[in-house]
Amino acid sequence: MPKTLSPSSASAPRSPGPAGARTGFSLRSLSPKTISPRTLIIVMALATVACIAVFMTLELRGNLSYALTRRGIRVGAMLVVAVAVGLSTLMFQTVTANRILTPSIMGFDALYILIQTALVFVLGSSTLLTADPALKFAIEVVLMVVFSALLYRWLFTGGTGSLHLMLLVGIVIGTLFRGFSSLLQRLMEPSEYIVLQDLFFASFNQVDPVLLLISAVIVALVAGVVWKLRKTFDVLALGRDTAVNLGVDHRRIVTLVLVLCSILVAISTALVGPVTFFGLLVVSLAYQMVRKFSHAALIPIVCLLGAITLIGGQLVLERVFGFATALSVIIEFAGGLLFLYLLLKGSLK
Amino acid sequence: MICIDSVTKSYSGTTVVDAVSTTIPAGGVTSIIGPNGAGKSTLLSLISRLVPMDSGAVSIAGLDIGRTPSKQLAKSMAILRQENHITMRLRVRDLVGFGRFPHSGGHPTAQDEKHILAAMEQLDLTQLADRFLDELSGGQRQRAYIAMVLAQDTDYLLLDEPLNNLDMKHSVEMMRMIRRLADELGKTVVIVIHDINFASCYSDTILAMREGVLVHQGTPAEIMTGDVLRDVYDIDIRIEEIDGNRIGVYFA
Repeated sequence: MPKTLSPSSASAPRSPGPAGARTGFSLRSLSPKTISPRTLIIVMALATVACIAVFMTLELRGNLSYALTRRGIRVGAMLVVAVAVGLSTLMFQTVTANRILTPSIMGFDALYILIQTALVFVLGSSTLLTADPALKFAIEVVLMVVFSALLYRWLFTGGTGSLHLMLLVGIVIGTLFRGFSSLLQRLMEPSEYIVLQDLFFASFNQVDPVLLLISAVIVALVAGVVWKLRKTFDVLALGRDTAVNLGVDHRRIVTLVLVLCSILVAISTALVGPVTFFGLLVVSLAYQMVRKFSHAALIPIVCLLGAITLIGGQLVLERVFGFATALSVIIEFAGGLLFLYLLLKGSLK
Repeated sequence: MICIDSVTKSYSGTTVVDAVSTTIPAGGVTSIIGPNGAGKSTLLSLISRLVPMDSGAVSIAGLDIGRTPSKQLAKSMAILRQENHITMRLRVRDLVGFGRFPHSGGHPTAQDEKHILAAMEQLDLTQLADRFLDELSGGQRQRAYIAMVLAQDTDYLLLDEPLNNLDMKHSVEMMRMIRRLADELGKTVVIVIHDINFASCYSDTILAMREGVLVHQGTPAEIMTGDVLRDVYDIDIRIEEIDGNRIGVYFA
């Protein structure tokens, strides 16, 4: 290629302006330049293993195999939820090219709860309780995927929608779903309602092992797909027009991500109920830690960070605060504060 | 060659591009001019499949853009829009590297690396390679984006207002580079441009649009006349010939 532009451009060697210095400061302060993503992943993997080990063995008394099985199931549930919430939030933010909207904020889990409520309302709790949990779960997930794909696809493939508008639509949709659910709950028999309540607020302490196993397999499969698409996600984060220019089939990939997000949200909501700000918290932290923008680094870090937050948090909660409060309350509090901070800081553009 | 066959697009009842049919020859620089709201940028977006058309058809080098897989199109055509917002913190080098995605699928080879370096050199970005995009001025960022589509190494290059944010020096350098891309590398460059004098001096063909309709098409000599420009812009523009180039004077 011919060299066309003169190398003596006056603008080239100038030092960063005041704006550059400012943005540089806020990010660099959180993550020193010297830590490479690889080191970070190794350190965090070790921390995760340590958390799990402490959680499994601390003050282990009585029947060993019983206690270990119980704790094992709880750790498994937390791992599955951490990966499901983390990955769904990361993907969602990437395809919508924003850093503040998450599936929960857009009403995905409200939709899942509406589907569950409607199922109990139409079929009755006895049908639901006697049904094979795997079958019931499959039906719920299929309904969830169909509805969310129909509902949200137009919102994200339009290409014109402003982020403010989407946020507003998400909040309205979420409120609508919650309103519908509570209307149905008021209309049903009190005994049915109690069954339903049990479904929503199943905490980490009472997870069905069969359901957990199915969920773990599905989440692992979805995580495999996400990992395979990591380079495409890097391109998608450049925005729709640039991604299309670079040959990404935008419509197809947005639909795929919505389907995957629906599955992941259905799984985490089925296991532990709705968590609104957990994903936002974990993904924002991951972005602060990974200096090089690449999904190959973000994907593992989001998963590990989620696991450390949940397992470590649960550990602190049980040992330090003596179960005085639910972990989700603390996570929601911290996540909610972060959400407000991001809004005020002006990340919403 | 780009064949455009009665392409139409309307937004909520307003027709922005109205049954435009024409042929843009392969090779050379083609400029699309016209007043604000004439549908220039929309036409470029329709040609480049960024916006779906309501009716009509476009083919580029024989590839029907409606039927050809996006990935295959990305190897023969690159498009850069006016506004590009990125929420991620990216270095110039990484952004330019994305231009190789259609070829490398995200796993760049030594060959890809060569294209990236050449594109950065073309746009005088070598010294800025490790700077973050949000640390650059508007003009530097504009050049980084152009370097990205240049690294894509396509036969067809569509640029929507490539002079946006550029000062006089960089505008002239940009137009010279576009000229060389056509003359020395045989690329077909289509640009949307507001400055009729740049269009006059640097293009082989000019398309003039008004209210969604393609009203004139021809060589700079044919388009740069008082009558044609009055028809397009509704103002009287005096045409002077300076060093063989037709220059429109419209400042007073």
